[in-house]
Order: sequence, then C-alpha cells, then structure tokens
Amino acid sequence: MSAPLLSIRDLSVAFTQGGQESLAVDHVSFDIQQGETVALVGESGSGKSVTALSVLKLLPYPSASHPSGQVLYQGQDLLDSDERDLRRVRGNEISMIFQEPMTSLNPLHSIERQVGEVLKLHRGLGEKAARERTLELLNQVGIRDPEKRLDAFPHQLSGGQRQRVMIAMALACEPKLLIADEPTTALDVTVQAQILELLARLKREQNLSMLFITHDLGIVRKVADRVCVMTRGKIVESGPTAQIFSDPKHEYTRHLLAAEPKGEPPRADLSAEKVMVGKDVKVWFPIKKGFMRRVVDHIKAVDGVDVTVRAGQTLGVVGESGSGKTTLGLALSRMISSEGEIRFKGERIDGRSFREMRPLRRQMQIVFQDPFGSLSPRMSVAEIIQEGLRVHEPRLSLEERDAQVVAVLKEVGLDPEARFRYPHEFSGGQRQRIAIARAMVLKPNFVMLDEPTSALDMSVQAQVVDLLRDLQKRHNLAYLFISHDLKVVRALANEVIVMRNGKVVETGTADQIFHTPKTDYTKALIAAAFDIATAPTGVVSD
Amino acid sequence: MSEIQAKAQVERVREEVSRPWLSPINQRRWQNFKANKRGYWSLWLFLALFILSLFAEFIANDKPIIASYKGETLFPVLVDYPEEKFGGFLAVTDYRDPFIQDEINANGWMIWPPIRYSYRTVNSEIPEAAPAKPSWLYTKEERCSRYPQGVDDPNCVIGNWNWLGTDDQARDVLSRVIYGFRISVLFGLVLTALSAMIGVSAGAIQGYFGGWTDLLFQRFIEIWSSIPVLYLILIIAAVLPPGFWILLGIMLLFSWVAFVGVVRAEFLRARNFEYVSAARALGVRNRTIMFRHLLPNAMVATLTFLPFILNGSITTLTSLDFLGFGLPPGSPSLGELLRQGQRNLNAPWLGITGFLTLSIMLSLLIFVGEAVRDAFDPRKTFR
Repeated sequence: MSAPLLSIRDLSVAFTQGGQESLAVDHVSFDIQQGETVALVGESGSGKSVTALSVLKLLPYPSASHPSGQVLYQGQDLLDSDERDLRRVRGNEISMIFQEPMTSLNPLHSIERQVGEVLKLHRGLGEKAARERTLELLNQVGIRDPEKRLDAFPHQLSGGQRQRVMIAMALACEPKLLIADEPTTALDVTVQAQILELLARLKREQNLSMLFITHDLGIVRKVADRVCVMTRGKIVESGPTAQIFSDPKHEYTRHLLAAEPKGEPPRADLSAEKVMVGKDVKVWFPIKKGFMRRVVDHIKAVDGVDVTVRAGQTLGVVGESGSGKTTLGLALSRMISSEGEIRFKGERIDGRSFREMRPLRRQMQIVFQDPFGSLSPRMSVAEIIQEGLRVHEPRLSLEERDAQVVAVLKEVGLDPEARFRYPHEFSGGQRQRIAIARAMVLKPNFVMLDEPTSALDMSVQAQVVDLLRDLQKRHNLAYLFISHDLKVVRALANEVIVMRNGKVVETGTADQIFHTPKTDYTKALIAAAFDIATAPTGVVSD
Repeated sequence: MSEIQAKAQVERVREEVSRPWLSPINQRRWQNFKANKRGYWSLWLFLALFILSLFAEFIANDKPIIASYKGETLFPVLVDYPEEKFGGFLAVTDYRDPFIQDEINANGWMIWPPIRYSYRTVNSEIPEAAPAKPSWLYTKEERCSRYPQGVDDPNCVIGNWNWLGTDDQARDVLSRVIYGFRISVLFGLVLTALSAMIGVSAGAIQGYFGGWTDLLFQRFIEIWSSIPVLYLILIIAAVLPPGFWILLGIMLLFSWVAFVGVVRAEFLRARNFEYVSAARALGVRNRTIMFRHLLPNAMVATLTFLPFILNGSITTLTSLDFLGFGLPPGSPSLGELLRQGQRNLNAPWLGITGFLTLSIMLSLLIFVGEAVRDAFDPRKTFR
C-alpha cells in the first residue's frame, strides 16, 4: 500500500474559553488514500467539523489549540507549517466546500469574478484564460448555459446552483483532496441527490480524494469508501462502508443505524371532525414597477390550494423549497394575509384582524423549524413556556402556572428542573422539545409543524417524531406537517399534498402517494428521499 | 395551614425562578468587562469621584456642616438660618463673618467642611489681586497678610486655603471644579438618559413597523438633523434666559437622533427572528413583543453607545460654556473655567486645572466605554 495522501495522527483540538479548556477532538487518527472517499459521520457536537477545519488550520486560533497530533499531507506536517506554506496548500492542493452556499459566496461579486479570482491568484492566469477555464469548470459542475451565468450574482442562482459554483471554485486549481463539510444539508432532497451525483462523477473523472463530513448515513452509504464514526471527539469505529453497514461493532454505530424515523401514522379517518379547512387559498405578493409603483404582476406563492386538516389526523405538505408549503401554513394560521375562505372549527377566520385572532391563537399553534432561532436566548425555559399562558390565562396564579409548566415539560420528556435554565444549555433536540412544550401548554386543537425535524440530527429526528405522534394520540391533535423530507412525512402523515410552485401537484392518502405516485414530480421526490437518486432533467428544479 | 404552605411554596418558586441573579450571558459580559482592567478601574475611580462630588456641599461650602449654638444643634448646610438667630441682621447668615464665628464659638462649636468655600464664595482675604496663586505657593506671612490679626488670626487655617488658587473674581477654583464636575456629569447623564429613552422608542417603532412609518420618520430625521444646533441655541439664548433645564431641553431636541439608527437596524433585523414569530403566533401583543423580545437585542447596541454619547454631551455643555452661551453667569462650570484660563494667561493654574479635570473625566468615561464595548462583543475571547 502506498503512502496515504493525508494522514491524521493522534489529533486533538482544545478550545479555551474563560480560562477553561475543553477538548473538542480527542486523539483522532485516520488516513485518506489517493482517490478514496472517507466519510466522517457523527451527530452535531461530535467534533467532525472541527477535525476537518484543523486540516487546513482554519480554526479560530489562538482560542483553539492542538495539544497533540500531526496532520501529514504528503509527508508534510500542516499543523507545523507557517502561514505561507499553508496558503500554498489551501485551495491549491486541498480545498473545501461548506454547508451554506448562500453565505460562502460573496453576494457582491459576479460568478465569473468569484471563480476567476481563484484562478488568477493561484494559477496566475490572465483575464481571457481565466474566463475560458471558468466556463470549462462551470460546464464540468453541470451548470446549464454557463455563458449566460457568468455575469449572474449569487442571489440570482438557486441553492443547488450556488453549491455547484462553490464546487467549481474548489476544483479550480485541480486539488488532490476535497473536504466537503455537510455540503448538502442546507439543500432540498432532490438537489442533494444531484450534488452527490456530481461529486461522485468528479471523483471518478479526476481521481479526487474526499473527506466527506455528514450526519446522514444514507449519504454515507451512497458516496463513501470508508467510514469513521465519531462521537464526543473520538473515533469509535472505522472501516470499509459495506462492513460498517452490515456488521457494526460499536454500540453507537448501531444506534445511528437504527435512528431512521419509524412507526406508522394514525389510520386515515375521513369522518373525523374537520378542524381547519382552506378553500382556494391564495397568497400573492405584488410586483411593483415604475414611478407610480403600479402592480404589474404577482408572485404566486400559494395559488389556489384546498386543504382539510382533521382532528387526530396529520396532513403532510411536501415539496421543494420555494414551493409555497410554509406560506400555505402561515396563511392558514393567519400569520400572513391571504385570499380565499379559511374555516377553523367551522368558523370563518380569513377576515379577522390580528386583534380578533388573539382568542383563537391558543387553539392553533406553530412549531418552527429552527430550535435555535425560535427560543429567545434571554428568557429561561419557564418564561418561554409561560408566555402563552400569560396572554391567554392572565388570571392564573404563579403556582398554577408553574404547575402547568412542570406538567408540560414532563409530557414532552424533559426534566421539570429544566425550567430554570436557559435555551443555550440544551441540545437541538431538547430545544425542539421546549418549543413543542410552548405550543402544547395552551392545549391547542391545531398545530402547524414547519419542518420541525430538519435542523436536527437523524437519531433525534426519530425521537421527536415519536413524541409528536404520541402527543397527537393523547390530545387528538390536528397536525399540518410541512416538510421536504419524505422519510419523516411517511412516519407521521396519513394524508399528503404535494406542492410545486404554489400549486398542488398531487393529493391523496399517504399510502397512495408513497406506493402509487402518479406524477413524475412526486416520483422524483420519493426517489431522492429514499434512494438519493436523481430524476431526469426538468422534472425537479436544480 | 395549607394556605401558609402554599405561600411558602410560592416564595420558593419565586426564589428558584430568579435563582441566577445575572443570566449566564450577562455573567459572561461582566467577566469580559472585568477582564479589561483599565476600564474596570476607570469605572470605580469615576464612580468614586462622582459620588464624592454628589456630596459637594459637605466637602466645599461656606457654611459649617454642623454647629452647636446655645445648646441647640444646627445644620447650616441643610437649613438656611437667618442671622437674627446669632444677633445679626441679614436674612441669610454669613458664617465666614468673624463676628458670627466669634458668637457661635463663644456659645458652642461648629465643624467646617474641609474646604471653606462654596463655588460662589468670594475670598476677600487673598494676598494679591485676583486671580491669586494657590495658597501653598505663598509663605505663611503672605497668606495671612490680609487677615485682621495676621499670622495669629483664627481664620488663617488650612481650611481657608485656595488649593488651586482663585479665579479672576477671587472664587476658590477647587470648589468650583468640584461643583462644576458634578453639574457636567449630571447634565451629561440626564441628557443621555432622556435621549436614549426618546431615541430608543423612536428607533423601535420605526424598525418594528417598517414600511411607511419607517420611510416618513427617516425623512423627518434627515431634515431635523440638518438644523444647525449651535445657531439655534444662540437664537433661543437671546429670547429665554439659558439655564440647566432649558439648555438640556434644546440639546435633547437633537441628541436623541444618534440612537435611532442602531436601534432601528436591530429591530428591523430581529423582527423576523423565529422567536418573534413564535411570540406572535402565541398571540402576544405588539407592545409586549417589542419590550420583551426585541428591546434586549437593541439594548446591546445602545449600551455600547451610551458612554460615548455621555462624553459628547459633557463636551457640548463645556464648549457652550466656553463660548458664553451655556449655563447662567456665576454657575460653576468647567467651560467657564477654561475661558478664564484663556483670558488670564498670567494665571496658568486656571487653564491647567480646567484642562486636567476635563481630560481625566473624559478619559475615564472613554475607558469605561471601551470596556463596555468589549463586554458586549460576542466574539471577544480572553485567554
């Protein structure tokens, strides 16, 4: 066996904060051979990203430090190199792509300039040569009509296209090693499948080595040759992909493998009470032009959608990002204005003002996507959960309120002592439980769940799905479940509507949608979610 | 019994809810603040000076702090006793008058403050024409030359020294500095607090509601802040007698604008945060959302600004006083002291005192401001 391209030996990373040192990565070792893809798998906080960043010394020094270890790239220790040597390696020999394609591109520079800059800096190419090479790269990463895209700015591209541009930039100098830090987590499942296919193709064609960081085992199975499983800063198991999946040795690996959302949704019952009914719901945002701000056209975010959500049942709303699923949910819960009839428990609510809606708010609640953004960092958990009670039941005494908080925390599976602490002390899954508790303490009839699991790790997703199903059964709740992740939808929803560009493409019971999908769009969504397979061009957006 | 138990439980709950006195984020900020040693010590030094100056009447005054006269305990600092009480005929007692002093000492005793001059007391016993040099530059004979009994006069004591000399109206410079420091800081604090209140509310409303409210308000502020403040003060000073509150009012008209920008930006940014949407979905009122969820975000930017605005207010007052458009004549003010220094170049103690007082005060505040900025910087880490 030849010498590995990159060899990480005994690497540790420590962070110092307020005089206290905490170890984020604890004596980690692994090798990457030429042309090999190694996946670093673990849940958030396991130290996988920190490991990847320390390869190129991109951590915030001096608050980060390396108590031990070597990063040998072709025999050269990168941790020991000075800035000048590192600059030669960064981008040239080893390049990185990051999770968030929106923030990794400079919004003020055109695509040509961003990609060309790398070429001019590292390769010393002239204006014309750089342009030619940029076109070639954009072609390579599968951007259609690259000539037209050269002058585009990042905000004019979709998420998938932006990630393709990022990959083009990373490949500009023909690096030997590509570090991909959760490159598809922020993307739709359909786009994720396309990007993964692109990476696999590039690896084949250019004999690229890859360090692939992810929390999603489905992706690992698809792309990786070897897998290292990390938890709490340590690699607990590593080996060829097939072996890890067929014969996991370590308990944690088995736990990860078993973490897919499971279980059956409640049986569809068309006779159950209709809690929320929307007829021909429209949300149009006007496009104004000219001096008089005349309305010339509309962006039809939601364009004539009929929905019915029944008590004790879950309606799943699926579709790519930008298909109008969240807008539909916000319109039904009257957070944004809309046209069309909306009935809540038989009562028309689409004409009500914000003030008139207030008494109904306690019966219709929302759980948001990002558990880090949806809890005020300055309030203790008790204050967060009590907020709704203070509005809707101002007469409750202090101890009655406290008793309700304790009860609801127990119900969502948290220790009641948690109410004295602040959100930042909790993990993502625990925070989402707090957000659910905030909604549940008001004993609502209707809950809109806006991608409640997509910011969470796989194993935590499964737990949250179980919790939601349990709560639904106990309180006969009506859920409007919005997600692009069909795995979670399948575990929770008994009725599904598929949306695209503001319109309903397909609707039916979960069985119908998942087993006998009628449209190509639905088929593509299902293939992307369950097999990470790409659809033919044109069926889904890119 | 059970009621008592319930009450005790409520007490316990209350105790537990408020268990961390500072939220963790504020604890971190306090640590960061303390880590900036210069700012930390500046804060204590400034607070010590400020609190001392709040009791200026007990430090530098032309009245005794406490006196005993014919078995009665008197507090001349706090109460104006007519001179009749001591056998004189003036409406207000002049305790520096040797006749009154003899009368009180014969029938009791009195305790003077360490400096026996108020900011407006004219020292008629200075050894040469005003402005007189600091007392420690004279020999004892020179110092006491104007007292009736010369070196043996009971009033030629250390309490009657002019530690920093006198100004051109024979008033004690040190006591004017003490009172002037107090009025400057108080003016700055009141102006800053009021402008923060107005500016933060205005910024909050613009940022939270956005749209037309924001657009109109912003254009108004642009026009408003282009009015030349100094000329306006000159014109108003010609009509109204300038005093502490009138000056404060005029400057307040324009100083609140400084806060609007940052607060508006914070509200614009934060009004779409998910926890704000979550509160809206719970049916929480706009006012409550602004106070409970958005204001704490904006306060970080505001608090970082505060020390610098405070400094600016003090400087503005001083420069107005220097130009003669500030506080009414006779008020203790640092600007007026500087003007005297400029006019009496032969008396360098005036200019030097004014300069040092101002520069020390402003530097301390800037150091505190730097430490506050460090404390609120989320990216700041100390090793």
